[in-house]
Amino acid sequence: MTGPLVSIRDLSVTYRRDATSFSLRNIDLDIAPGERLAIIGESGSGKSTLALAVAGLLPPTAAVNGAILWSGQLQLPRGGRDIGFVFQDASASLDPVMAVGREIAEVAHTHLDQDWAQAERRALELLRRVKLPDPGTVLHAYPHQLSGGQRQRVAIAAAIAAGPRLLIADEATSALDTIVQAEIVALIRQLVAEDGMALLFVSHDIALAAELADRIAVFRRGEMVELGKANAVIQAPEHAYTKKLLDAHIGLDAEPMIAPVGHGHV
Amino acid sequence: MSRALLLLRRRLVGSIFVLLIVIVGTFLLLEAAPGDAVDAYLVSTGGDAGLVEAMRQSWGLDQSAATRLANYLWALLHLDLGQSVAFSRPIRDVILERLPVTLILMGASTALSFGVGSALGIYAGARPGSVRDRVLSTASLALYAVPGFWLALVLVIVFAVDLRWFPISGFETIASGKTGFARAADIARHLVLPVTSLGVIYLALYLRMMRAGMAEVWRLDFIRAARARGLSRRRIVLAHVARNALLPLVTMLGLQSAQMLGGSVVIESIFSVPGLGRLAQEAVAMRDTPLLLGIILVSAILVVLINLLVDIAYAFLDPRVGASEASA
Amino acid sequence: MRRLVQIPEALVGLGILAVLVVMALAAPMLFPGDPLAIKGAPLLPPFQEWSLPLGTDRLGRDVLAELFHGARTSLAVGLAAAAAAIAVGAVIGTLAGFAGGILDETLMRITDAFQTVPSFLLALAFVSVVGPSLTVVVIAIALSAWTGPARVARAEVLSIRERDFVAGARVIGMHPLEIALREVLPNALPPVLALSSVIVASAILIEAALSFLGLGDPNRVTWGGMIAEGRTVLRSAPFLSIVPGIALVLTVLGVYLAGEGVVEGTAVRKGLS
Ligand SMILES: Nc1ncnc2c1ncn2[C@@H]1O[C@H](COP(=O)(O)OP(=O)(O)OP(=O)(O)O)[C@@H](O)[C@H]1O
Ligand SMILES: [Mg+2]
Repeated sequence: MTGPLVSIRDLSVTYRRDATSFSLRNIDLDIAPGERLAIIGESGSGKSTLALAVAGLLPPTAAVNGAILWSGQLQLPRGGRDIGFVFQDASASLDPVMAVGREIAEVAHTHLDQDWAQAERRALELLRRVKLPDPGTVLHAYPHQLSGGQRQRVAIAAAIAAGPRLLIADEATSALDTIVQAEIVALIRQLVAEDGMALLFVSHDIALAAELADRIAVFRRGEMVELGKANAVIQAPEHAYTKKLLDAHIGLDAEPMIAPVGHGHV
Repeated sequence: MSRALLLLRRRLVGSIFVLLIVIVGTFLLLEAAPGDAVDAYLVSTGGDAGLVEAMRQSWGLDQSAATRLANYLWALLHLDLGQSVAFSRPIRDVILERLPVTLILMGASTALSFGVGSALGIYAGARPGSVRDRVLSTASLALYAVPGFWLALVLVIVFAVDLRWFPISGFETIASGKTGFARAADIARHLVLPVTSLGVIYLALYLRMMRAGMAEVWRLDFIRAARARGLSRRRIVLAHVARNALLPLVTMLGLQSAQMLGGSVVIESIFSVPGLGRLAQEAVAMRDTPLLLGIILVSAILVVLINLLVDIAYAFLDPRVGASEASA
Repeated sequence: MRRLVQIPEALVGLGILAVLVVMALAAPMLFPGDPLAIKGAPLLPPFQEWSLPLGTDRLGRDVLAELFHGARTSLAVGLAAAAAAIAVGAVIGTLAGFAGGILDETLMRITDAFQTVPSFLLALAFVSVVGPSLTVVVIAIALSAWTGPARVARAEVLSIRERDFVAGARVIGMHPLEIALREVLPNALPPVLALSSVIVASAILIEAALSFLGLGDPNRVTWGGMIAEGRTVLRSAPFLSIVPGIALVLTVLGVYLAGEGVVEGTAVRKGLS
C-alpha cells in the first residue's frame, strides 16, 4: 500500500494577519491515491479555502500554518500538472477571447512538452472525452458560444489535460441546473475512475457528496467536525451539525437523490 | 467573416449620416464667415467690382440658403470642394497633394505610440504595484501633460540645434535627387522629431490604458483559473492578461485618430512638413475659409474610414462582437 | 477632503493648482499695468537683474509678469470652457437619454459628427471665422469638448430613468422635461463631473496651441503666445520658450493629479461606506 497522495497536517489559514478568526483551523486530513473525498459544509465554513490551500492558490496575503505534503514530500504540487482544478463558475474560468480548444491545448503544451499541433490534437481528444457534441467545432468555439454545462465540460477538459493525479472540483456543479448537474457529476465520476485520479469534491450538497464520494469530511466554521465513510456519515452521523445538515436536506428537494445511496447500502 | 461584414454595413450607414451632419456644419460655418467666395476672389485677384453681381449669379450665391446647401451637396457628390483662393487651384487637388504626407506622419506616430506605449504598459502591468509599475505610470502621467508643440521645440533645441542629429524641418532634403531606399531613409530622418512630438502624448495614453486594463484583468476569475492550470507567468501575462487588456486600446486607436489629425496642425507647422495640418494653418493665415472647411471635411472622412478599419480589426480581435446580432 | 490629503499625488496636484490660483489672483497686484508693456532692454537673460528676475523677451517685456498674467488666461479659459462643455453636454445627454427615440438618435448622431471632426481643427475654423477673443476661444474649445460629458450623461440617465423616484415623479404628473432636468440630471451629474479634470486639462492645452498659432486673444498674455514668441529666438534664447512651457506642463499635470486624487478619494469613501 502506497502512502497518501496529499497529507494535510495541522493546517490553519487566516486571510487577515492581525485577526484571530481563522478560515481554517487545525485541519488534519489525508487523501489517498484514487480516493474520492467530499468536503461539505455551509457557506463560509472554509471548504474553498481548503481546496485553494491544497492547490497552492491562496492569495499571497493569506497566512498559512501547518503543512501540506504532496506524495509524502514537502514540495508543492504543480498546478495543472499534478492537480486539476475546476471552479464553480465555468463562464468565469475561461478566457472570453480565446478559443476553448486553445485554452485546453495551452495546458498540454505547458506540461506535456507537446508542440502546438500535438497539443491541439490532445485538446480535440479531451473534448471528446468530456462528451461535447461535435468536438471538431467546439475546438474553435469561444466560451460565449457554449452553454453553461458545455463550458464546465471544457473547464474539466482543461483541468485534466495534463493528466493530474488529483482533481479538485470546488462547487463545480452548483451553478448548473439539476439535470446538467447530474450529467457533470456522472462525467466526473467516470473520468476519475478511468484515469485513477483522486478527487476532492467540494459541495454544500450532502446528497451529491454521498453519491460521488468514498469519504465525506464535514466542515463548520473552519473546523473539520466529522470525517468518515460516506455511508457511515449519511446513516449514522456523529456530530449534531451533520445531523442538522442532513435534516435540512431531506426536508427539501433531495429525497430522490439520496434514495439510491440508501438502497445501495441496505 | 459574415459577422464583420454585417457590422461593417451597419457602421457604414451610420457613418453616412454622420458625414451629412458634418457637411451641414461646414456649410453653416462657411455661411457664417464674413464675405463670400466672390469677395475673397476679388480680394485675391483685385478684379473688377463691376463683375460682382454677374459672378454671384453664376456661382449661385444670390439664391436661398437651402438652394445653396443643395448646390454645395451636389458639388461634393462630384468631389468638387470648390476653388482655393489662396492657391488659385481646386481645393480637392491641393488637399490630395498634401494628404499622403499626413498619412505617413500619422501612421508612423500611431505605430510608435501604440507599439511602444502598449509594450511599456505590458511591462508595467505585468506586476501591478511594483516599483517599475509606479515609475512608469508616474512618468507616463507627466508625459501626458506635455503639449506636443512645446515638446517639438525642446526636441528641436536638443537634437537639431545642439546635437545636430536630425534636420530642423522639412519632409525631405530639397532637390537631393535621392530615389528609392535612400529617399525613404532621408524622409525617415526628417520625420523622427515630428513623429516623436506628435506621438509621445498618445504613447503615454496607451501605456496608461494598458496598465490600468491589465490591473482590471488580473482580478478576473479566468486568470486565477489560468494560474491553477500551471501556465507560465509569461504566458498568463501575454496570452491572457495583455490580450484582454488590448481591446480597449484598439478602440482608442480609432477615437484618437481625430485628435492626432488636430495635433498634426501645430507639429507640421513647426517642422514645415507639407501635410494637411500645415495646409490648415496656411489656410487660416491666408484667410481661405473654404479651403479650411474642405480640410475639415476630408479629415472627417479620414476619421470615419480609420474608425471603420479599426472596427474591422476589433471584430477580428474580439469574438464576442456582433455575436448577438448574428444569432438574432 | 481629509481623505484627499492622504493621497500624495492628489496633494501634489492640489498644491500646484493652489500656487497657480494664487499667481492668477495676485498678478494684477504684483505686476500692475499692462504685462505687454516694455520694461527693459530686450532679451535680458534670467537671474541678471533684480527687478526682472526671469529676464525680458525679444521686445523687452518682463517674462515673470507675463508668466503670472498667462496663468490668468490659462485658468480662465480652462475653467470656462470646461464649465460650458459640461453644462451643454450634460443637458444634451440627459435629453437624449430621457427622450429616447428619434430625438435620442438625432442627438447621438450629432455627437458622433462632432467627435468625427478633429476638435482642434474645429476650434481653428471657428476662431478664424469669428475672430479671436477670449470668449470666442472659450466657445471654440467647448464646441467639441461637450461630446464626452454628453455620452456619459446619456449612459447614466439610461440607467437612472427606470428608478423609483422617476416613476414617482411621473405619477404625480410632472412634465417630462421637468423630470429630466430636475430629477434625473442632478443624479446623473457625478460621473459627468468626474470628467472635468480631463476636460480642463485639454482645454488648457488647446488654448495654448491656438495661441501658439497666433489665434489667441491678442490683448492678453498667453503661455502659448509666449512660447511662439520665444520660438523666433529659439537658438539664442531657448529659455523664452522653455519657461512658459514648463508652466504649462506643471499646470496640466496639477489638474490631472488633483482630478485623479478626487476620483480616487471619492471611490475610497464609497468603498468604506
Ligand atoms: N480572499 C479572502 N479574503 C478574506 N477572507 C476570505 C477570503 N476568502 C474567504 N474568506 C473568508 O474565509 C472564510 C471561509 O471562506 P470559504 O470561501 O473557504 O468558505 P466556503 O465554505 O467555500 O463557502 P461557500 O460555500 O460560500 O463557497 C469565510 O469566513 C470567508 O469570509
Ligand atoms: Mg466556496
